[in-house]
Amino acid sequence: MSIWTQVLYAAISVTVATVYGLTLGGIVRKIYARVHGRFGPPVWQPFLDIIQTSSRRVSVSHGNMFLLGPVFRLAGGLGTYLFIPVIFGSALFGNFSMAGDLLLVMYFVFFGQLGMALGAGQGGHPYSPLGIARGLAQMSAFEVPFTLAVIAVAIQYNSLNITSIVAAQQGSFLNWTLFTNPLAVIAAMISMLGMNMHSPFSIVLAPQEIPIGPPIEMNSGFLSILQTNRGLFAAAKLVLFMNLFFGGATNLLEMIAKTFFIYMFSVFVGAAYPRFRPEQSFRFFLKWPTVVGVLSIIYIAYLGGVS
Amino acid sequence: MSNKHIDEIENQMKLANESLPEKECSLFADDRPTTVGAFNKYYEGFLNWARSRSLWMLAFGTGCGATELRPLMTSRYDMSRYGIAPRPTPRQASVFVVGGYASIKTIKRIIRSYEQMQGPKYVIALGSCTINGGMYYDSYNTINRLDYYIPVDVYIAGCMPRPEALIAGFNRLKEKIRAGECEGMNEYVEKFDWYKKNQKQIIKDWNMPDYNW
Repeated sequence: MSIWTQVLYAAISVTVATVYGLTLGGIVRKIYARVHGRFGPPVWQPFLDIIQTSSRRVSVSHGNMFLLGPVFRLAGGLGTYLFIPVIFGSALFGNFSMAGDLLLVMYFVFFGQLGMALGAGQGGHPYSPLGIARGLAQMSAFEVPFTLAVIAVAIQYNSLNITSIVAAQQGSFLNWTLFTNPLAVIAAMISMLGMNMHSPFSIVLAPQEIPIGPPIEMNSGFLSILQTNRGLFAAAKLVLFMNLFFGGATNLLEMIAKTFFIYMFSVFVGAAYPRFRPEQSFRFFLKWPTVVGVLSIIYIAYLGGVS
Repeated sequence: MSNKHIDEIENQMKLANESLPEKECSLFADDRPTTVGAFNKYYEGFLNWARSRSLWMLAFGTGCGATELRPLMTSRYDMSRYGIAPRPTPRQASVFVVGGYASIKTIKRIIRSYEQMQGPKYVIALGSCTINGGMYYDSYNTINRLDYYIPVDVYIAGCMPRPEALIAGFNRLKEKIRAGECEGMNEYVEKFDWYKKNQKQIIKDWNMPDYNW
C-alpha cells in the first residue's frame, strides 16, 4: 500500500473516530440529563458547540506555549489513535498500527496532558496550574493499575504489539482477556474511570471548584481544537481498551457496540457517584486497583492463567 | 482630512491606561479594540444559526436576579434542551446574563468580564433594575441603566422575572442572533470612548487598564 493511500485511509479513520467520539459525548450528556430528570441537550450539541467556538471573530493568546498547548493535546489524541488498529484485519481502519506498539500508545496518552500543562500554565490564570497539578497527579495514580494490567497482558500474549494481542483473542469470546485474565481487566477498567474523568474522578475539569481547570483561558479556536480532541481521544481510549481486553472488533458495527458499552461503564458510575476530593482520588487508585493489578501479574506469570 | 481618516487615526492610537501605576503599565495591553466584520452573508447565516443553538452563558451571579438562573439550570426548567449551557469563565462564554441590579462595585467586574469575552458576544439584562434602576432607582451606589455602560441585546422586565420569562428572553435573543442583529461587540468598539466616559464617571477607583484584553 502506498503512503498516500495510507494517509487517505488514516484521514477517513480519524474523521470517523472524531464524529463517533463527539456523538458519544452527546449521548452521555443526554444520559446524565435523564438521570437528573431533565430532557438534556440534543445529541448533536457537541458539533454545534465546536462550530460556535471556532466561529468566534476574535481570540486572545498568551504566548507561544499557549498556542502550542491545544496542538500538543490534539497531537496526543491523534498519536494515541493512529497507532491502534481500530478494526482487526481492515486496511481502511488499520491505521499505522504496525509502526508502533503498546508502549508508544501509552506514551501518547500521557503526552497530550503534558503539552496541555505547558500551554495552560502560560495562560497565567491561577486555576490553570491548580487543575494541571490535580490532572497530572491523578494521571500518575491511575497509570499505576493501568500499567500493571498492561504488563499482565504483555506477559499473557508475549507481545506488546496491539495487532497480535487482538489476533490472540480471536476465535471465541472466551478467548477475550476479560475471561482469560479477569483481574487485569478489573484493574484496567477502574483506571479507565480515572482516564475518562467522569465522576467520581472529575477533579480536573471541576466547574464548581476550579472553574474548568486547565483550559480556563483557552478561547475561540484553541477551545475548538480541545473540543475536537475530546471526541477523538475518547474514541481512541475506548478502542484501545476494546483491543486489549474485549477481543477487538472485526467490523465497524462490532467496534461501535463494544466501545459504547465500555464507555457506558464509566458513564453509569459517573452518574451514580459524587466527586472525590483530589487526595481521595489518588489514594483510591493506589490502593485496591493497584493490588488487583499486582495480583493479575502473579496470576498470569506464576499461576499460568486459566490454560 | 475627512472624518473617516480622523477615526482611523484615533483607532490607531494607544490607550492611555492612566489609572495604572507606572510600574504596572508594561504588564497590560494598551491596544484599542477593533471592529471585526461578519463573513459573507450565507456563511455568517450558517454560523449565526449554530451560535444561536449553542449559547454559553457566563454564570456569574451579579445581582439578586441570579437566583432565577438556578431553577433554569436544573431539572424543572432545564435550559440545556435549548442549547444553553453555563460556562464558568468569560473567555469561553458568549452570553452575559446580568442578574438584576448592578452596584458600582459590581459594574466594574461586569465591564471587566464583558471585555474579556470573545466576540460575537451577547448581553441579556435581567430584571427591572437594569432597565431604569427598579426599586434601587434612587440608590447612591447602584446604576440605573445598564446600556450606558455595555451594549445590551435583550431586556427581560420584571422583579423578579420568572424562569419562563428568561426562557422567552433567550428565545428572543436567538431570533435576533439568527437575524444578524446582535452586533453588540462592534457597537461597543465603535462607541468605545462614549462607553468609557460613562464607565469612568461612576467608577471612581478605576485601577484597571482601559480595555481588559
